[in-house]
Amino acid sequence: MTSVPLLQLAHARSGDKGDSANIGVVAYEPELYPILVEQLTADRVRAHFGDWVKGEVKRYELPNLHALNFVMRRALDGGGTISLRTDAQGKVLSAALMRLELQVPGEVAERTRGRGRVPPGWRPPER
Amino acid sequence: MSGRLVRIGGGQGFWGDDLDAPIRLVEGGPLDYLMLDYLAEVTMSILRKLRDRDPSAGYARDFVTLMGRIWPTCTERGVRVVANAGGVNALGCADALVEAGQEIGLAGRARVGLVLGDDLTERLDDLLAEGHELTHLETGAPLSTVRDRVRSANAYLGVGPVVEALAMEADVVVTGRVADPALAAAPLVHEFGWAVDDYDRMAAAVVAGHVVECGAQSTGGNCMAEWWTIPDLDVVGFPIVEVEESGAFTVTKHPGTGGRVDRASVTEQIVYEIGDPRRVMTPDVAADFTSIQLDDEGGDRVRLEGIRGSEPNDSYKVSIAYSAGWMAAGTLLYTWPDAVEKARAADAMLRRRFERLGYRFDDVRTELVGWNAGHGPLSGPPPVDASEVQLRVSVRSTHRASVEAFSREMAPLVLTGPPSVTGYAGGRARIQEMVAYWPALIPKSAVDPHVRVEVRDV
Repeated sequence: MTSVPLLQLAHARSGDKGDSANIGVVAYEPELYPILVEQLTADRVRAHFGDWVKGEVKRYELPNLHALNFVMRRALDGGGTISLRTDAQGKVLSAALMRLELQVPGEVAERTRGRGRVPPGWRPPER
Repeated sequence: MSGRLVRIGGGQGFWGDDLDAPIRLVEGGPLDYLMLDYLAEVTMSILRKLRDRDPSAGYARDFVTLMGRIWPTCTERGVRVVANAGGVNALGCADALVEAGQEIGLAGRARVGLVLGDDLTERLDDLLAEGHELTHLETGAPLSTVRDRVRSANAYLGVGPVVEALAMEADVVVTGRVADPALAAAPLVHEFGWAVDDYDRMAAAVVAGHVVECGAQSTGGNCMAEWWTIPDLDVVGFPIVEVEESGAFTVTKHPGTGGRVDRASVTEQIVYEIGDPRRVMTPDVAADFTSIQLDDEGGDRVRLEGIRGSEPNDSYKVSIAYSAGWMAAGTLLYTWPDAVEKARAADAMLRRRFERLGYRFDDVRTELVGWNAGHGPLSGPPPVDASEVQLRVSVRSTHRASVEAFSREMAPLVLTGPPSVTGYAGGRARIQEMVAYWPALIPKSAVDPHVRVEVRDV
């Protein structure tokens, strides 16, 4: 088994509701979803965020979309309108979660290598 | 594919979104309804503040400006508009629309509908006296703890009154607070004559609304999956749902527009800002997002079907905004060499001064933009030999004078603190009143008798 960041296996979007944030995590391929179900537990996500999230983390499964939804309470320093954070609405919590390392078979690590990152030398298209 | 389709476009994801997007939607291809979402959680309190100063204000004025531009085309093509631009003054918004319609020569050719009754601000004391505690949904605290600081209170209404306005042949329906997806679901109930207790179809309508309510977030904007390959986001096509009578629908965008509609872009939006996916609660239905069957057909077309729903709660969600003090944030740019150390030294100076001068802050936050502002403690160690970092210090307090004093604290550091500092062209930190959000529930029976629908002919 090899360690890879979640970034290689899934994409995600996060948002706010009061002082709670949610992160919807979507596996790039159906075959990767069981890896997320097994390893990307509410406890791991809770531990990953440490102090950044103060309340409980709940996980919900959407097998139809190969997706997991994490609802994290007391995650936004008081909520979107009173939080002092630059990211008061938790928009980049999804990217922060992508740092989390999971164990995958070598074949999967190889196949997904570099995914989630712009290709070397990439530049925005010119007009 | 057989049978008729109802096409609904989502033209604004929030107040401040791309103003040309609704124009692209109306002019760029077939469309039956345009839905526009202007209201975030605390927008109502901002609008109420504006209305306190000017009784004719309190709604999204740029909606009236927008209608001035697209209304003739909408009339010509039969596109009807549903918008929650009414804010805390749907009546004022409707009057302004009628006037704008007359100015562009639509007299006798258009009708405006308006929905009233979501605003509970004036009724709060009566409601509390009747025993509705409006306890905070997360903390369980009773509203009485902040009652004297409440600025606005609005119930999220469902499709009912919007459907009624459409049945009264309104071409443009203006609402205050209505559950966001209901703005798209109501036209479907109206067009197909769906029963409001046909929960599977209502759930499909809510999912359709959820997919379009944040504008380009379902057509390639803010999409993490290979974002660099998503074309022409500068002219991104805003989302359109083509809904069938069965409730199945296809998410797409007009041909020739930028962005991308595929499994990734649509799925990211489906999971956006939801709780328990089995019961995504709206006033009209508890939608089961785990029932969604999604098929990426290619060519910017994603089909959703099989959606199920069940009976909703007998309560409306209420969004209450109350004043929670003041905040301010200031920034300075520190550069190489030792940018991080300089920024930290400046921060330490500030904090010692705050203490010595006896400022009363409830919280002080320091971020080094370029290192840890976004990901906080997950950012790892500071960048080695950083070329620059921006020091951002923010404070909040119920003691206004302390926040005012803070706004004068950062500028002097340019001359008194560590060297190679710049970036204070913005002047003093701006003091903002903090309006906190208090979510609660109220029985529908306490709201419904007050809901009214009216129409105005242009």
